[in-house]
This record gives sequence, C-alpha cells and structure tokens, in this order.
Amino acid sequence: MAVKYDLNEREVWDGNFAASQALRQAQVDVVVAYPITPSTPIVENYGSYVANGYIDGEFVMVESEHAAMSGCIGASAAGGRVSTATSSQGFALMAEVLYQASGMRLPIVLNVVNRALASPLNVRGDHADMYLGRDSGWIQMGAFNAQEAYDLALCAFKIAENHDVRLPVMVHQDGFITSHTAQNVYPMTDEAAINFVGEIDPVDDMLDFSRPVTYGAQTEEDWHFEHKAKQHKALMDSRPIIDEVYEEFAKLTGRKYNRVESYNMEDAEVVIVGLGTTVETARVAAEQLREEEGIKAGVVAIRCFRPFPFEDVRDALEGAKAVAVTDRSSPGGAMGAFFNEVSAALYTTESRPLVTNFIYGLGGRDFSIDEAKRIFKEQKAHADAGHITTDIQQFSGLRGPHLGYFQTKRG
Amino acid sequence: MTEIRWHSRAGQGAVSGAKGLGDVVATTGKEVQAFALYGSAKRGAALRAYNRISDEQIFNHAKFMYPDFVLVIDPALAMTDDITMNDKESTKYIITSHLSKEELIAAIPALADKADRVYVVDCIEISLDTIGRSMPNSPMLGAFVKISGMFELDYFLENMKRVLSKFPQKIIDANMEAITRAYNEVK
Repeated sequence: MAVKYDLNEREVWDGNFAASQALRQAQVDVVVAYPITPSTPIVENYGSYVANGYIDGEFVMVESEHAAMSGCIGASAAGGRVSTATSSQGFALMAEVLYQASGMRLPIVLNVVNRALASPLNVRGDHADMYLGRDSGWIQMGAFNAQEAYDLALCAFKIAENHDVRLPVMVHQDGFITSHTAQNVYPMTDEAAINFVGEIDPVDDMLDFSRPVTYGAQTEEDWHFEHKAKQHKALMDSRPIIDEVYEEFAKLTGRKYNRVESYNMEDAEVVIVGLGTTVETARVAAEQLREEEGIKAGVVAIRCFRPFPFEDVRDALEGAKAVAVTDRSSPGGAMGAFFNEVSAALYTTESRPLVTNFIYGLGGRDFSIDEAKRIFKEQKAHADAGHITTDIQQFSGLRGPHLGYFQTKRG
Repeated sequence: MTEIRWHSRAGQGAVSGAKGLGDVVATTGKEVQAFALYGSAKRGAALRAYNRISDEQIFNHAKFMYPDFVLVIDPALAMTDDITMNDKESTKYIITSHLSKEELIAAIPALADKADRVYVVDCIEISLDTIGRSMPNSPMLGAFVKISGMFELDYFLENMKRVLSKFPQKIIDANMEAITRAYNEVK
C-alpha cells in the first residue's frame, strides 16, 4: 500500500513536477527511462516516489532512450500502465521505437518536454522534436502551461487505454518555458484522479499465459498496408473518444479542453494560429490590441496535433480574413509543416483567407507580446489590402538582414 | 500585474528565491509565475530569474518584461550587468552591497536619476552572519517584503517556514533570522 502524499488545493509547480504528479496519481506501474534535459525531473521524481513508497511501481534505468522506449514496449505488452519522458536528442534516438510502439497498439504515455535538436547544441525549447514524431502513429496533445501538462497527462492514460483507441499518446510541453516555470496548479485529489483515470484493463497482455499472443510480427506486401491503414483509421477514430475524455475531465475539474482551442474568435478578422506557450502570449496580445486599437484579433490553438483536427481548424477559422501560422521548428527548405497543414485545411473552404507563415522561437528565442502585436498588425495590413503584402514565409525575432520567401499570386 | 527581475549568479539561489516568493504569494490567493533564464549555467555565471504576480491567471510566457522591482543579489553584477534594462519610471531597485546608498549610486551612473527608488542591503554579510555561508536569496526576500509592502513580516516568515520545511530546523531558523535582519536593515 502506497504512502499518502500530502497535496494542497493550490500548489506552485513547474511543468515537470506537474507531469510527475500525474504519473504518481495515475499509479503508473513501470517507468523505463534515460533522463535528458529539460524532461529529467519527470522521471527523477517518479523514481523518488517509488523509492519513498508513494507509489507501488517499478523504475527501470537503461542505457539509452532507444532502450527506454523498448523497455516501455515490453512492460506495456506485459499488461502494465507505462510511461516515460524525453526531449530533443533523446526523442530522436527513440524515434525508431516510437513506430514500433504505435504499430503494436500499446497504450504508452510519453511526456515530451519540447527542446531544439542539435546541431548547434541547445537545451532550450522549440518544437523540432515534436515535429519529428508527427508521422509516428502516436496521438500528440499539447499543454500550454504547467496545469495543462498535469491535466493532459491524466487524460492521456484514459485515452490511450480505451479499448476503442489502443494507441500511445504523447503529451507535449515547452522546454523551460513550461517545464521549469512554476505557476499555480490546482491538482485533483489522489482519489478523484485515479477514479477518473481508472484501472488499466490490458488487451492481449503477454503475461496472460492461458492465451499466448505475438507482438512485433513480420508482414510483407501481403498485409503490411492493411495494418498501417487500420492504424491510421484508429487515429482518426480516436477523435470522438478524445472529446469524451475532455468532457468527462471538465465535469470533474471545470477545466474544458478541445482538440482545437479558440480565443476571441467570435468576430476575429486577424488570427495567430499556434502551438504551446506561444498561444497564451498571443492571447494577451489579442486582448490588448482589441482594447487599444479596436483590431479584431483572435487566436486559434491546436491542442491535439495528431490526429490533426482538419475539420475543427476550418470551423475555428471561418470568418477570418488573414491568418498567421506560426512554426517553432526549422522548416529545412520548405514552408513550415504546421503552415502546410493549416493551409491545406483552409484551401477547401469557401472563404480561403490570406495565410502567411512565421518561423519563430527556435532554440528558446523569446516570443513577446509586442512581437505578437506586430504580427497581428501585419495581418491587418493584408486584410485591408485584400492580398498578402509581405513574403509568405517570414522569420519572427531573427537578428540580421530580412529573410523571407515566396510572394502571393492572388490579388 | 507585478513583475520582478532578479540579477544573480548561478549558485546564489535566485531561482529558489523566485520560486519561494511565488510559493508564499500564491497562499494569498494570487496567481504567480517564477522562472529563470539559464542554459548550461556554471556556478558563478550571471543569470536572471523572474516573477510575475497577478490577480488573474498569468498567460504571458515571454521572458521580456518591464520590471516593477529589480532585485540584485550579487554586488558585482550591480556594476557589470545592465540592471536598468527596460525599466519604468516607477521601477524600484533593491541591491545587495557593502557600500552605502550614496557610494553605490556614485559608482553606477545609470542609477543617478533614480536615487529615490534605490534601496541597499548587504545580503552577503547578513547570510554569512546568520546562515554561515554566502546565500543572499533569503535576506533579499526580507528586504523585498519591506520595500514592496506586499506582506506583513510575520505572515511571510510563517509561510517561508512551510516552503523550507524539508530542511533541518537549524537551517530554517537561520533563514528566518536572515529574512528578519534584511527586513530591518534595508535602506
């Protein structure tokens, strides 16, 4: 029996601590980990909860992130509730095994504290690692602050282990900006949290010797395609279940999440579309611009990056005139990947607003309220002119001469 | 919204100070944020830590701020770091130094026209006397409580005891003494 952990109704936690408390409350059976900055405290704290008797679990130290996710696969296939955490280079080394986990339909929860990819070496936050996972077959959800890193981690187990989903889930938070920033967090009681998440009811667990099963079988052209298509369908079909879990969570806590979040969008003409903490900073800018200059600014945020909310993005941006899509990852010789996905959704609408792309915040470069306001005002200029008046792809907060690519052929 | 910027060296406890302050402020029902700007910092490297305090949930995640308070817990950084960066006409400075206020302002030209908003306290000396080593974060909190008027000293001390509860009683007592002394000595 685990020792009781004293919790206050109001805590001041950083994102890492918040995520580790969610792992404790979900009574995770096994964490297999190779710690890496800035996600280290998540697994470190879990280890200390095990050592101090706050949880009946197993903390397995391994020699690499590749081994960490491999160990998670073994423990999950055996039937346990399993989680770990990683960032950046660790995520990259884990990449091969991520596809194995999703292909085997194992409900592992991976806390990803987003950090830039080397080279040059950088420990701070951007979304390069998150983008690396976008075709891996995992559900990917994004937290914008420490409270959400906690809330979504609890939701993640419930979504992953649902028998109609059976997919691994990543919960992303911004390195340092969320993971190392202490803010007010309002946790659930241990009892309410475990009642919400529930006990794991494993499917095809390998420790059920009365019913032997195989994991990781080989298929060639005869069956591989059908397996991958089913996996894609499972991701697409997870959408209503994610909504249900968010709904149930809201009933317990009053905190309602949506796969696409909209702020000030009722009458918004100019919009920033973003991921992570940027969303909240942009919200402040939108409110200030409305008050100070009467500019109808709004923010659309993607909570659920995978499965990509194609339909909800279109609904959220209906009525917008000019939209800036922000990518916190080096585009590597293309438009930002997030810009491409939002643009593809908007291309199929009647209104087809003016869409531009901002690359920003790489390696933890600050994103200020003033910069968000400048981007909104630029969108206003596009909307007033009826066409894009700048390069389609620009860089926000970059030193040195202007860098931009491609001009519109409309208007 | 009250915004605070700490100037410190890695190892002097600015991050713990900012988090401890956030912890105590949250008990008053306010929303808080505490974070630091450090990379692969080595002990002694200059760093900055930050607090935001508000009645509403804090959505701004930028490092950039126009601080209401600048807390300098390393005497040399007062001379070498840009402590007046992005300041306002109302920004208050609390600086740890063995110099008198007049001597300090004479040594830092950027403070010349802000004399009425500069407060001095020797957090290094106080921490050496009370805690037994150079740990200027706790005394700075005492000075901040006095200058900001945000709390009664007794309320702050009671809540800091809870924040420090994982430490041995001797260390908690020393920190309480350090906070109290700085509260009384800041000028």
